[in-house]
Amino acid sequence: MSRAFRDLLKYPSAAAGLAIIAFLVAMSIYAVATIPYSEAIRLWRGGEALWAENPRNASPVWVNLVPGRDLPRTIVVRSHQAVRTEKKLNGDVRQFSISLAFDYPYRKFPRELAVFFEPEYTDRAPNVALLWRSPDGNEIRLTEITVRRKEVYRISADSRLQQDLGGRPEVVLLGDPNAPDQPLRGRHELMIRGFLFDESSQLEPRLVVYGEVYGLAGTDHQRRDLIIPLLWGAPIAIAFGLLAAVGSTLSSLVIAAIGVWYGRWVDGLIQRITEVNLILPALPILIMIGTLYSRSIWVILGVVILLGVFGSGIKTYRALFIQVKEAPYIEAARAYGAGNLRAVFQYMIPRAVPVLVPQFVTLIPSFVFLEASLAVLGLGDPVLPTWGKVIEDAYRQGALFTGHYYWVLQPAVLLMLSGLGFTMLGFALDRVFNPRLREVS
Amino acid sequence: MAEVISIPRPRVRAVPGTVVRVLTYSATRLAVLFLTVVIGVYLTILVANMGGYVDVIKRATIREQIGLQVSLDPVMRRLPVEQRQARMEELVRIEEQTLGLDRPFLPRTFVYLQDALVLRLGFAERMTSDTGSRLVRNIIVDRLPSTLLLFVTAQLLLFVTSVLWALSLSRRYGSMMDKLVIALAPTSAPPAWFYGIFLILIFAALLRVLPFGGMVQAPPPESRLAYTLSVLRHMILPMTALFLTTVFLAVYSWRTFFLIFSSEDYVEVAKAKGLSSGAIERRYILRPTLPTIVTTFALGLIGAWTGAIVLETVFNWPGLGRALYQAIGLFDTPVIVGSTIIYAYLLAITVFVLDIVYALIDPRVKVGIEGRG
Repeated sequence: MSRAFRDLLKYPSAAAGLAIIAFLVAMSIYAVATIPYSEAIRLWRGGEALWAENPRNASPVWVNLVPGRDLPRTIVVRSHQAVRTEKKLNGDVRQFSISLAFDYPYRKFPRELAVFFEPEYTDRAPNVALLWRSPDGNEIRLTEITVRRKEVYRISADSRLQQDLGGRPEVVLLGDPNAPDQPLRGRHELMIRGFLFDESSQLEPRLVVYGEVYGLAGTDHQRRDLIIPLLWGAPIAIAFGLLAAVGSTLSSLVIAAIGVWYGRWVDGLIQRITEVNLILPALPILIMIGTLYSRSIWVILGVVILLGVFGSGIKTYRALFIQVKEAPYIEAARAYGAGNLRAVFQYMIPRAVPVLVPQFVTLIPSFVFLEASLAVLGLGDPVLPTWGKVIEDAYRQGALFTGHYYWVLQPAVLLMLSGLGFTMLGFALDRVFNPRLREVS
Repeated sequence: MAEVISIPRPRVRAVPGTVVRVLTYSATRLAVLFLTVVIGVYLTILVANMGGYVDVIKRATIREQIGLQVSLDPVMRRLPVEQRQARMEELVRIEEQTLGLDRPFLPRTFVYLQDALVLRLGFAERMTSDTGSRLVRNIIVDRLPSTLLLFVTAQLLLFVTSVLWALSLSRRYGSMMDKLVIALAPTSAPPAWFYGIFLILIFAALLRVLPFGGMVQAPPPESRLAYTLSVLRHMILPMTALFLTTVFLAVYSWRTFFLIFSSEDYVEVAKAKGLSSGAIERRYILRPTLPTIVTTFALGLIGAWTGAIVLETVFNWPGLGRALYQAIGLFDTPVIVGSTIIYAYLLAITVFVLDIVYALIDPRVKVGIEGRG
């Protein structure tokens, strides 16, 4: 076995394939270890409230590696880091002012400005006035609101403010008065002044200056961090591919061996079933099951295995076993009185391993892509974050038309890597295990 | 089963012998395949039926037909609402009885099987064909030609290219080109739609030289020539995607296959006799490997039929696959079940054609002994 392994490493493609697989496995382990399953699902399915501080459709930060490109990141200023003053007036009424200040170093405008409020009060809601102060000392009054519940004041979406300012708020507020198409770099400040009316009243505002880039993977149309499906896609894809390949190859191997060993009607029946199975349209049936019954990845996995058991692999194994059955050592086994099952499992099946292993490895990516195909058709598992689902979302949102290429490219590259990794290894294994191919290639 | 037909040796009589052999063989295979299709379609129906969905389709169809009938009948229209409703329920009950919907499940599935086999596929719930028909059959008939156009063209092109390329590589194996093809063979792991995404990204989104998808530009050109050219232009990207996903693996396996055959003794003898390399290829390499070549072609076509669903979706190609995708989105069960049945037929027809061609080119195929040589 170790000799076979050394033989294998002589093929550069095998080494590359193994490296890719190792990378994907490492990624899977990292994903499962850092983001527990339930947490991944919660983050993926949590809805927009969970991700409110992320920009929508932001590119990953690595796009800034392109020389000369410097897209702004998101800046979040929280009130507990801010300078605040509080003055007690008559009764429980307090006057307060909070200054949410931040340095804006970028040459491009942010995408959006928003203030999040989380008020606490018993009777009267806090009342606040918002004021923007730019680095050159200019002050602009934004609005005045009573914060009744947890709410967001989207400065950029305030149409009255937009009218008053005569332009998009984030551009006018951050803009350089001398060069209006450029943001003024330096310390900008959002002053929040107002009154708290109850003793227990609290107001924890935070300012979010939405950027154009976010995280290692960017975000999607629901502001979700794409790193979650990209990381978690790896263990799901590998598990699905591996289980489907193990399930279908092992079972068809056993069935082929049993058919050849018992011959007669058993063999005939197996061959007829294989022929029927060839005519069954696998993908449409999966689609039908996905639409009518369940989209759970486990149900789909079960059906994939069922459809794969009587696949074309059976014919290959059958041809092999017919030769093996006539081998003298099988006759010897019979002579010493080995039972049917012993002959099949101890003497026949092990002989097929050299054929099985490469086929098995090459099969894995086809199942990985099958899962992705179903996801692209909108029939992916409704809960799991997978690569295929990211591609589907991107496609539905027209990512290729709107220029959000990262959205499609990242999961596609990962899918491509897993496809290439397993296939390269499988092909090399084929050459190691089947020397007849080695002579000519 | 039919008797074994021996092939006459003299060349002159080979032709009628072949014809008889092929005819008998095709008839047997047709019968066997028909049985296979019946079983395949029956299984499909069972899958679709488990949730009682076909029942729902049927009942809806009956209601629709009878509702139409009642609303068109002047005598009925004059009746008061309750009476008309009662009469309608009565008619529905009778119709359901004639179709056997009151019978138990198992015998009924055979009725469905019969309907499916004669392509009585019922009415779509939401989709319509291009001509406005709600018949599932019409929807499918509308879409089938575009699927056939794209996939048969692509498969033929792919097949010819890969076999010819493989032959030329097997002549000079070990060359740079040969090594390159071997190295590129793993690129066949991703399916066609996957390359489609990349191709759209490069040629449609970035370079803007080819269309994002669809079959003709909108509005369709008036003249026939312009129309054809537009269709061809829209075919480039999906065809390239289909091509990329198979070509290197195909060339690689063909070349290995040809190499194994060209190390046979009779090829060495032919070489020693001084035959030209072209003659050797035709007579001693291509001829004996022809059955395998044809099988691979047909299997490729079968694979392409089912792969069509996602590729057509990605490229907005108005074929059967895209119809199926739309049906999923609209939960239009009759169309989903109908398309699945049509796919089963397409696969069966492909297998049948393969069998006939097999019998034509492989003299070892004998009727009644082994299914395939």
